[in-house]
Amino acid sequence: MIAIVDYGAGNLVSVKKALDWLGEESAITSDPARVSDAAKVVLPGVGHFASTSALRSSGLQDAISHVIERGVPFLGICVGMQWMFQRSQESAETPGLALFQGECERFPANVKSPHVGWNSLRLSQSSRLLCGVGESPFVYFTHSFRAPIIETTTACCDYGGSFSAAVERDNLFGVQFHPEKSGEVGLQLLRNFCEL
Amino acid sequence: MLTKRIIACLDVDNGRVVKGVQFENLRDAGDPAELAKAHSESGADEIVLLDISAAHQRRATLLDTVRRAAAKLFIPFTVGGGIRTLEDAAAVFSAGADKISINSAALANPGLIPSIAERFGSQAVVVAIDAKRIGKGSWEAFTHGGRTPSGRDALEWARDAESRGAGEILLTSMDRDGTAAGFDCELTKTIADSVRIPVIASGGAGGAQHFVEVFHEGHADAALAASIFHYGFTRLLDLKKELGAQGIPVRWPC
Repeated sequence: MIAIVDYGAGNLVSVKKALDWLGEESAITSDPARVSDAAKVVLPGVGHFASTSALRSSGLQDAISHVIERGVPFLGICVGMQWMFQRSQESAETPGLALFQGECERFPANVKSPHVGWNSLRLSQSSRLLCGVGESPFVYFTHSFRAPIIETTTACCDYGGSFSAAVERDNLFGVQFHPEKSGEVGLQLLRNFCEL
Repeated sequence: MLTKRIIACLDVDNGRVVKGVQFENLRDAGDPAELAKAHSESGADEIVLLDISAAHQRRATLLDTVRRAAAKLFIPFTVGGGIRTLEDAAAVFSAGADKISINSAALANPGLIPSIAERFGSQAVVVAIDAKRIGKGSWEAFTHGGRTPSGRDALEWARDAESRGAGEILLTSMDRDGTAAGFDCELTKTIADSVRIPVIASGGAGGAQHFVEVFHEGHADAALAASIFHYGFTRLLDLKKELGAQGIPVRWPC
């Protein structure tokens, strides 16, 4: 069972719908025990970085840390990915999980923000998650903050400069875009995740 | 490079897709769920479903239609028409919409924008503005399917909506809607240059050149059309090819 973590931020139906379409058993849950028992975990996220503080108070963060230590595949989407970094300028007082190094930052003032729409990826190294999506696939973004490019960045995107569109290390996966809204490319990515 | 979005709009009345010329003389163009999927497969970057009769008939949005359409859609899906409260919006989201579009209700109660944005995020809140030209370089926002003048300047309302937490502006030219005479580039540019959030141009699409114009001259981030896609006047794939050939960045192949 794939646990889709519900921490009260935004709309999780789209992620569930995509997993249903792929024939994967999944459940939207806010129960730390169910997250602990899951075979895979997806942390979606729309909205504000500060909303991730609910993960700490609800016990979900401990459950997430526990499954990550056990090697369970973990996928953070959008703010869910940003939370895997150390922190974000969006909410200085809300610490991230620090699974990846660096701070999420605002877009520069010379581009419209939020970054909304279909943009192409530059795949920078081999990735289990992005296997079979093509050379420079288009995916759907909607975000106001972005993660820096780090050693484990597997795909970059250009908008007012380059940023991390996907990161990957061992059982940890993060994507800034929305695979559940990125057509066939996104479904392929989710299929790859399900098959890990 | 961030591409310009081509958005297919389904105007829905009683569970069927219709499209009027200047909001009247509606014609039937099929089942919303099937059409949404067909548009997605033929290259639409996004689908907007507008329940055009909802606001004035005070009918709930067609949640069943939304649910059926959403089950097969894996591109962004916006639903509008008759959303008056946070609860209305929540029901549409749980039926599978990614964004809601609000128009009359936002003008009547601008506090609706932050209340939905705080719970679902700004990216989920599209404020639709039906703008009618009232003088040189001046447009008024209309409500209730374009029948009621709001008394508010369209530009001033767009800025206000942005400051309250709107994530995008869906800007329809009342003067051009249904005419196939081209988008109102002056209107679009006026609004797009004044806000930082994306502006979706709507009303007047009749051919590929109109899209080129509204991206180049109108500074639109996205353009929406309905009837030209439904009746086969313009195939979406052909449109994208043409835009690409004219230097507009589009999602291609898709």
